[in-house]
Amino acid sequence: MKELRLMKGNEAVAEGAIRAGADGYFGYPITPQSEVMEYLMAEQPEKRTGMVVLQAESEVAAINMVYGAASTGKKVMTSSSSPGMSLMQEGISYLAGAELPCLLLNVARGGPGLGTIQPSQADYFQSVKGGGHGDYNLIVLAPSSVQEMFDFAFLGFDLAFKYRNPVLMLSDGLIGQMMEKVELCEQLPRTTHFDRSWTLTGKPDGQERNIVTSLDLDASMQEIHNLHLQEKYRQCKEAEVRYELFDTEDADYLFVAYGSSARICQKAIKIGRSEGIKIGLLRPITLWPFPAKPLAELASRMKGILSVEQSAGQMVEDVRLSVGSGVHIEHYGRMGGMIPTPEQVLENLKKLLIAK
Amino acid sequence: MAKMKGAIVVDLEKCKGCEVCRVACPNDVIAMTNEVNHKGYHYAYQEHQDACVGCANCAVVCPDGVITVYKVKLSD
Amino acid sequence: MDIKDIIKPENLVYQKTSLMTDKPLSYCPGCGHGTAHRILMEVIEEMGIQSETIGVAPVGCSVLAYDFMNVDMVGASHGRAPAVATGIKRCWPEKFVYTYQGDGDLAAIGTAETIHAANRGENITIIFINNGIYGMTGGQMAPTTLPGMKTSTSPYGRDLKSMGNPLKMTELLAQLPGTCYVTRQSVHSPRNVRRAKKAIRAAFESQKENKGLSLVEIVSNCNSGWKMEPVASNEWMVDNMFPFYPLGDIKVDGKLVNNQ
Ligand SMILES: Cc1ncc(C[n+]2csc(CCOP(=O)(O)OP(=O)(O)O)c2C)c(N)n1
Ligand code: SF4
Ligand code: SF4
Ligand code: SF4
Ligand SMILES: [Mg+2]
Repeated sequence: MKELRLMKGNEAVAEGAIRAGADGYFGYPITPQSEVMEYLMAEQPEKRTGMVVLQAESEVAAINMVYGAASTGKKVMTSSSSPGMSLMQEGISYLAGAELPCLLLNVARGGPGLGTIQPSQADYFQSVKGGGHGDYNLIVLAPSSVQEMFDFAFLGFDLAFKYRNPVLMLSDGLIGQMMEKVELCEQLPRTTHFDRSWTLTGKPDGQERNIVTSLDLDASMQEIHNLHLQEKYRQCKEAEVRYELFDTEDADYLFVAYGSSARICQKAIKIGRSEGIKIGLLRPITLWPFPAKPLAELASRMKGILSVEQSAGQMVEDVRLSVGSGVHIEHYGRMGGMIPTPEQVLENLKKLLIAK
Repeated sequence: MAKMKGAIVVDLEKCKGCEVCRVACPNDVIAMTNEVNHKGYHYAYQEHQDACVGCANCAVVCPDGVITVYKVKLSD
Repeated sequence: MDIKDIIKPENLVYQKTSLMTDKPLSYCPGCGHGTAHRILMEVIEEMGIQSETIGVAPVGCSVLAYDFMNVDMVGASHGRAPAVATGIKRCWPEKFVYTYQGDGDLAAIGTAETIHAANRGENITIIFINNGIYGMTGGQMAPTTLPGMKTSTSPYGRDLKSMGNPLKMTELLAQLPGTCYVTRQSVHSPRNVRRAKKAIRAAFESQKENKGLSLVEIVSNCNSGWKMEPVASNEWMVDNMFPFYPLGDIKVDGKLVNNQ
């Protein structure tokens, strides 16, 4: 029998983490994602599965707790919102450099600075273009429903361990706070086997010790490590692109939008189609790797593309890179925590693309 | 009373010539060579063959852990 | 009796522990880091806990500690070792977890992580090497730098008015209910090395009994940063560092030692 529950996005991801067999959560409160840790503390997963939950003294501490626990092969995660994610960037770079798996969640809010507590998608660059120092990539998942907040906890941990790389769920205050019906799946067991090729579990007698680090003082060795990382990212790009299409078969115009913007665009498509404008949507599920190929293929059939994002226009750069010249591409978005209405999106499609 | 007689072996290629062992020895057993090892350090050696009692003070303070100590009981 | 007759396996009284790898140490001649590494590894060997121990290396001169210590280890970012250790220990409460940190790492950039790990009473052991300076980056002023002490960023001596006062992190941490055993030691003389080793043993024993955070500060030299010969730096340390950072136990079994 299906287990259905009405949940907030932030609660769904917490429940998802428990059921995915997470070993630990380390975090620091910040709106609009505090419900993640609140839910976990109330659920007492220590009793349900043995999962550890700890409120850290800062996001800096939290990400480094994740780093420590991840170095031992445990399935661990943290969550935060934009300013907190900025604080974590050094640690995230270390995690990527040391090739440690973990799940990160950003329930993004308006910025820059302390900004607002309202939903925003202005952390796209930070999420997909590095964020911290050095050449690295995170695998970035963009949930656009409460169900996906739950499901991506599983997918996120799977990808993190498959590639030994941090996986970031880039959500926003709208998805985090919204309530929807969620279909829950069964509890997975927590890991009991730890791969001694890289995890720190204490050096077994007669075996070599393991070292987890991102340091190599020899530049030529560091370059070799970088080449290895780049090859890993290349493989990931080949295998892990995920996206969803709506109404694209007969479309003349295409929205590209993720997360909460994708939901708004779906409504805008309905209104537009009722007016006779054939619009479709490509929703990237992985922001990195970005669905460049499918987008390019679709684009050749379009009269114009509108990239919709609650930002000044960040993802639109990747849309342009994917599509190249030849198709008219514009960005529409609101900033600072303001959410566009479907009518505004449609109006801007008309103004920016159709009228021209 | 049984007398102790000791001897030290310095891993001369790993010795950094810091002399911390020399000043820690209660019997002034250790001196530094005039020649240098591959790293360019004047390394420590047991100059006085008879004075070492094998107390291991030198080895205990050697930052690089390059001294090994042996001792025997002499029943005089 | 000839020396050759003494140097036989059956007469061995002291040799470097196998828990130190054979890699030559990256430290300057006479630097206390090496001695501190060795006695830490001796304790782990004597307790028979090599296979149950996970260490955390800092950023500082001992950034490569994992090259020399033959236990599973992770390199933390600058100052975050106590948070990294917390993450490990919370997931593996039955393992022995320690951090090895310099004074810049522990008392400057990592102050918050250190205080909060101590305050939560994390069952970890911190080995804190206080040489009053940033050794690795070339001898800049640390929070622990003595009043008037010259460093590359206090070339006219540390001026307390503009540069602040030296920070006694160890005394501060001893005030927290989460710490169980807090002590200050040194490794410049055989007697002090033996005491410091006993202290490290006590710290790990207290971790074994889940009594809270144990901290062993080792006041150490940085002859490169202090611009002295190794032996002279040890003498300078005795004359100048010890009066400000007195050696001895500060907290034992959760109770502050009175004469501190
Ligand atoms: C975030 C960050 N800031 C600065 C540095 C540069 N840095 C490396 S080691 C160090 C100071 C280390 O001093 P200490 O902890 O006292 O260790 P010591 O070398 O004296 O043993 C600094 C500032 C760094 N690696 N990372
Ligand atoms: S203490 Fe060790 S490194 Fe220093 S001189 Fe003596 S043997 Fe050499
Ligand atoms: S063992 Fe003792 S007596 Fe012998 S050299 Fe070393 S310190 Fe001196
Ligand atoms: S710089 Fe100072 S702390 Fe670093 S290895 Fe040299 S003497 Fe030791
Ligand atoms: Mg220092």
